[in-house]
Amino acid sequence: MSELLIIWCMLLAQLMLGVAMACTLYRIIFGPRAQDRVLALDALYVSAMLMLLTFGIRTANTIYFEAALVIAVLGFVSTIAFAKFMMRGEVIE
Amino acid sequence: MTVLDLPLWAALPVCILLLLGAGNALAGAIGLLRLKSFYARLHAPSLMTSGATILICLASMITFAVLQNRWIFHELAIIAFMMITTPVTLMMLGQAALYRDRAEGSKEVPHKEAGLREEAAVEE
Amino acid sequence: MRYWFPFPFLSLGLLTFWVLISQSTSPGTLLLGGILSVALAWAMVNLSPHKTVPGRVRPVFRLVGAVAVDIVRSNIAVLKVMLGRRGKPATAGFLQIELTLTDENAIAVLACILTATPGTAWLEFDRTSRRLTLHILDTADGMDWQHIIKTRYERPLAEIFQ
Repeated sequence: MSELLIIWCMLLAQLMLGVAMACTLYRIIFGPRAQDRVLALDALYVSAMLMLLTFGIRTANTIYFEAALVIAVLGFVSTIAFAKFMMRGEVIE
Repeated sequence: MTVLDLPLWAALPVCILLLLGAGNALAGAIGLLRLKSFYARLHAPSLMTSGATILICLASMITFAVLQNRWIFHELAIIAFMMITTPVTLMMLGQAALYRDRAEGSKEVPHKEAGLREEAAVEE
Repeated sequence: MRYWFPFPFLSLGLLTFWVLISQSTSPGTLLLGGILSVALAWAMVNLSPHKTVPGRVRPVFRLVGAVAVDIVRSNIAVLKVMLGRRGKPATAGFLQIELTLTDENAIAVLACILTATPGTAWLEFDRTSRRLTLHILDTADGMDWQHIIKTRYERPLAEIFQ
């Protein structure tokens, strides 16, 4: 009973996170402007981190936690860098 | 030792938290997809970073605490990190978008009154 | 004391983070973490951030409570907007407020609060005119945002930091 519940919940949660990642991917590809793409990239980082945490629960392995932390840090730094670049680096369209 | 060894009393809260968290993240992503303007979309990821992260981290904490029979708090590090960094990224993105819209002379964003000299300097 | 520990709260936070990540409280971990946290606090001295000492403790708890309630409530409100029909609230818009807060750290905390609650996004703060530009996702839900920000957040912050 408990096993069946866990299996289905895991599957459903991962499916939802996968769909969420697909949504953000759509924005990255078709986002009308650069800031939309950067925002969607940030959301993609976050949902990838959540996906890794879910994998960690599923396999009962704490190694996924480290990966999730690294992704969170990378996402933060890269988003900041992109935002700064949009403010300073780019020629006005 | 896998997650299937969880007893039912622990499996229930883990499943509920996990589903709620994933649902929250999905709602944020759908908002990102459906909302019409950039500034409205700016609100969507904060749904993921506040709601979904906290719920899924709680589920993970419960799982490992029950499976390994000791308290594990390192998910708190992720929660704290997301809480601290999200405002910074969203603020920077908002500023960048405002700057770009103003540089294009968009009519929809509020104008900057005191800093007109700055913009003029940029355009020269 | 001040010389050896220029930023005690920062050092303590770093040490906590170190222990959380390494998942142990063995003497070696604590020693290395302690040395690192103190050394990094010294590195912070060179940046010479604007320092403020929180004055009173009681408003802090009230503020934290109010923010927690608001985060949950606005999460639900934003969920409704995002999953509702049409996906576009008719009344998303910008809001401009004149702030009376002067302390820089208090303004930074206000920025964190406003961005952490979904539904309000901090866009810009102009130092000379003290004018804050916000974006509000749903202005039609009967809430006077200007009043909320002024009374719920700005007044406790002014009590804490000034």
